[in-house]
Amino acid sequence: MMNDLPVVDVRGVGKSFGAVNALQGADLVVQPGECVGLVGHNGAGKSTLMNILSGVLAADTGKINFSGHAVTAHYGVGEAKQFGLRCVFQELSLCPNLTVAENARITHPQINGFGWRKHASALISKWLDEIFPDNGITGDDVVGDLTIARRQMVEISRAFSSMDEQVRLVILDEPTSSLDKISADQLLAFVKKFTEQGGSVILISHMLREVLGTSDRIVVMRDGTMVANDATKNFDRDRLVREMGSVLAEETEETNAVTDRRNTSKVVHIPSSDGIELNVFQGEIVGFAGIAGQGQTEKLVQIFDASNGSKNGVNINEQAAFVAGDRQAAGVFPGWSIEKNVSIASVRTMVQRYLIDPLQEMNISKEWKERLGIRTDDLSNNILSLSGGNQQKVLFARALGSPSQIVLMDDPMRGVDIGTKQDVYAILKQEAENGRSFLWYTTEMDELKHCDYVYVFRDGQAVAELPSHQVTEASILNASFDPAAAA
Amino acid sequence: MRLTEKPWIWAWVGTISVWGVIVAISGLAAGTEVLTAAASFGTFFVLVAIGQMFVVTLGPGNVDLSIPACMTLASTIAMKIMNGSEAMLIPGFLIVVAIGLIIGTINFALIILLRIPPIIATLSSSFLYLSTAIWYNRGLRVKPPEALAEFATGKIGVLPLLAIAVLILTIIMHFVLHRTYFGRSILAVGQNEKAAHLAGIPVERTRFMTYVMCAVLAAICGYFLAGFSGGAALNMGEEYLLMSIAVVVIGGTSVAGGFANLPGLWGAALFMFLLVTMLNTLGLSAGYRLILTGAIIVAVIAISGKKR
Amino acid sequence: MMSRLLTANTMRTLLPTLSLVAILAAIFYLQPRTMSYFGLNLLLNLAVPIALATIAQMFILCVNDLDLSLGAFVSLTACITATWLYDTPVLGVLALAGCVLAYAALGALIHLRNLPSIVVTLGMSFVWVGVAVLILPTPGGKAPEWIRALMTLKPALIPFPIIATLVIALIVHFGLMRSATGVVLRGAGGNPLSVERAGWSLLKVKVTMYAISGLFGVLSGMALVGLTTSADANIAERYTLLSIAGAILGGSQFVGGRVSPIGAVIGAITLLLTGSFLSFLRLNPDWQIGAQGAILILVLAMRMLINRSDKRS
Repeated sequence: MMNDLPVVDVRGVGKSFGAVNALQGADLVVQPGECVGLVGHNGAGKSTLMNILSGVLAADTGKINFSGHAVTAHYGVGEAKQFGLRCVFQELSLCPNLTVAENARITHPQINGFGWRKHASALISKWLDEIFPDNGITGDDVVGDLTIARRQMVEISRAFSSMDEQVRLVILDEPTSSLDKISADQLLAFVKKFTEQGGSVILISHMLREVLGTSDRIVVMRDGTMVANDATKNFDRDRLVREMGSVLAEETEETNAVTDRRNTSKVVHIPSSDGIELNVFQGEIVGFAGIAGQGQTEKLVQIFDASNGSKNGVNINEQAAFVAGDRQAAGVFPGWSIEKNVSIASVRTMVQRYLIDPLQEMNISKEWKERLGIRTDDLSNNILSLSGGNQQKVLFARALGSPSQIVLMDDPMRGVDIGTKQDVYAILKQEAENGRSFLWYTTEMDELKHCDYVYVFRDGQAVAELPSHQVTEASILNASFDPAAAA
Repeated sequence: MRLTEKPWIWAWVGTISVWGVIVAISGLAAGTEVLTAAASFGTFFVLVAIGQMFVVTLGPGNVDLSIPACMTLASTIAMKIMNGSEAMLIPGFLIVVAIGLIIGTINFALIILLRIPPIIATLSSSFLYLSTAIWYNRGLRVKPPEALAEFATGKIGVLPLLAIAVLILTIIMHFVLHRTYFGRSILAVGQNEKAAHLAGIPVERTRFMTYVMCAVLAAICGYFLAGFSGGAALNMGEEYLLMSIAVVVIGGTSVAGGFANLPGLWGAALFMFLLVTMLNTLGLSAGYRLILTGAIIVAVIAISGKKR
Repeated sequence: MMSRLLTANTMRTLLPTLSLVAILAAIFYLQPRTMSYFGLNLLLNLAVPIALATIAQMFILCVNDLDLSLGAFVSLTACITATWLYDTPVLGVLALAGCVLAYAALGALIHLRNLPSIVVTLGMSFVWVGVAVLILPTPGGKAPEWIRALMTLKPALIPFPIIATLVIALIVHFGLMRSATGVVLRGAGGNPLSVERAGWSLLKVKVTMYAISGLFGVLSGMALVGLTTSADANIAERYTLLSIAGAILGGSQFVGGRVSPIGAVIGAITLLLTGSFLSFLRLNPDWQIGAQGAILILVLAMRMLINRSDKRS
């Protein structure tokens, strides 16, 4: 190699969001010509670290060096670009109203003047053909008209494309999520070629097969720090899955005999033609597990809509209540008091002579403030005066205070402190014993231990069902990752 | 909450200051007269602004641009059918309400079926309503029944009858907004549509009812305005489009949706009328009056906006 | 599948042109005399100012905003043209430049304070009319000679409005749709975040787009005075609605930076022609405005159907 200094050298980087420590003392070194695979379960800190590297977020503590240049406090997207760093994030960052060539021009300001369109088109086509031979995409295609897979190809090719500047490091965050097998293999082959020519790649993927087959070295992250860092040849799928979990796996070799469901009536039933059918019995706490974004939230919303009368293939006979995990986007009414935020799911039943009875409204808020321990002296304060954890308790109070006997929970403990969690777990247990049924999507392993029964999701479907005594970190991880890698 | 934190307080502060200036210039007697006039004209602003406020509260992009056309169409048809007959007063009113219901339904159907922003839906439909009104009566002015004119211009003491009626309506609407499930739903949808859906609120039904209510109030406003001004005219609704939105914004309702209040509507409606009167008293021409009106609207919205 | 996508796309692009051809054919059929140099000149008399206003609206639509003050703004610039630009050209030019700057400032205000363009422009429409009333309290004024001369040109073979609107459409097409800078301006409407991450300033984009819109508003007012020879404070009141309808008719979308300058000009002319068409049809002139609304609804409905079939394939 012409340059012995690492392309990127991260030492002891920390980053916290409120009470949550997303990264604590993370270290990562990438040498020129190296492909580093980065794996870890949900919330391990991969995405946060990549956002810091690319200049979208600023680190709280620690040092970052790019080819020996120390990164300053003013580090931003522009500087990262100058260091020769490019990113392909999971959310697509192309402009759908522009053509492929025009999108290339957006990231290459130096393409200008007469004949720019030809240059841009030639540039992006060159890289598209290099990475994905026979892709069938032309520079004049409008991005919005392309399939998701083709958009992903354009996005990836644009990241690798270079004019006069040198691309030193490309971060690929789940790059194959929407590619078919052939295109994915083409990309991985190109990554090898790219690194052989001296470029570096950080490959993040939950397809362990790809990481094992492509990277030179694998770094495993857990709880915001690195727990394993070794040459790829020293890893196999089992070791990776083991390192990602926090406890050593004690594999239970029982078959998935569904024997220990409750002897109560079935309250939710989703038939399935090809996969696993989904059932919830009264009084159960049923968990949805798997990697984030595998269709768990969508399934919960589908069940919710069915409870409101939509005919969408879900059998459910009563109104369900929903506890949102994304408080800002789907939970909190920012202009309202704590009381109104609690009562909104119940006020329909409190109407007397056309008006909502304020006494009932206050009582229900008071009752659940006590039961859940919402920390406030005045329920008429604005909800935003509460801490994140207490806001989340308000969302629980909203659902539990409503008459609904089925409660759907969409990863509700995201970024919530441990004290709040313990309070809520106890209430859930109690309510389940009183006959309420819970569907609980969670990305946290520990929470699945509170469930009577767990469905593991992959690619929008439940792919495994586990009774409570089979729920271990190993069995969940095992079902979460593609089985092909086992071969 | 302290008084200065109420969103409607500034419209009232403005109203009182402007009135103070008028009294200082022209004396108390003239000031009282102006106040009566302000109540008469302000009543019509408030009537359409109530509907517009509920629509705006539904969230960004929700606004009804068909209010003037709806006023014109409803009053034209009603006046012609009543043809000055007092026996037709009640049927005329029912016709007006029915037209409001139909227009609101058409507006919402366009929004939903064509999946277009409300602003475009109500804009294009308003062309149709206006044309229907022109075609129906050739722009001729039909006199309203005597009793309607009397009611619309009548007074108890210094207070216009209609102002009292609309004041009562405002109080009812205050309860509708804050104490009924419908009002709660509107506020919830405006603050966070996704959260409203997940809290079990029927989002589309709420929007539908809000657009219908807005159209019905506009139609009723047209009915009384025709009585007030001696008949339905094609341009009678003209200033009500801008005015309905201006009154809503100055009254402290958030254009981002989710926050609304009714006292502010009266404050803003009176303020707008008194401002014009004050500028007239000061001898300023119509041009300055318009510039100041616009500048105030932009300033209010700029101050309430969030920094990026 | 690709070919089906293409047809849906082509249909979307062709929709405005087809509407124009249909209405033009209908007019020629009803009134063959219009199929002449003189007839077309008369038919398209007001095409230039309306096309310019529609282009102005399109620039605002491109950054996901809507301008409800355009009609008032065009009236104002018409008033300035008919008074100051006629009497004291230097003052007139400065005032018109000031109008463009005011639009740029509006763009900055809307971006920095994150304001809804609808309400801001609504408020500004009062301001524009107010200034116009101050400048020209009663209808009057005079068109500067050179504008009058330009607008009444009688070139050989092809009537002036056709040449002028074609030139306008092509200039904007090359400026916005084909130039390297235009790509960034449109990209900011399509995916602002990614454009910002690529190192461009969204503030600059917004200010540029509003300034260009203001410039076309000014040109529209000047062209209008050139045709009418005098102005009044409400002369272009209807342009707000016409410009929105024309741009939408021409294939521009409300959000996402999808616009079409050529389509906008075609849409504007189509709307202009519906008026003549209805009068030739001897249809009640009462339905003039209504027909514009109906056409807008019809086109939106057709576009929705195309989109739906597109999604199904």
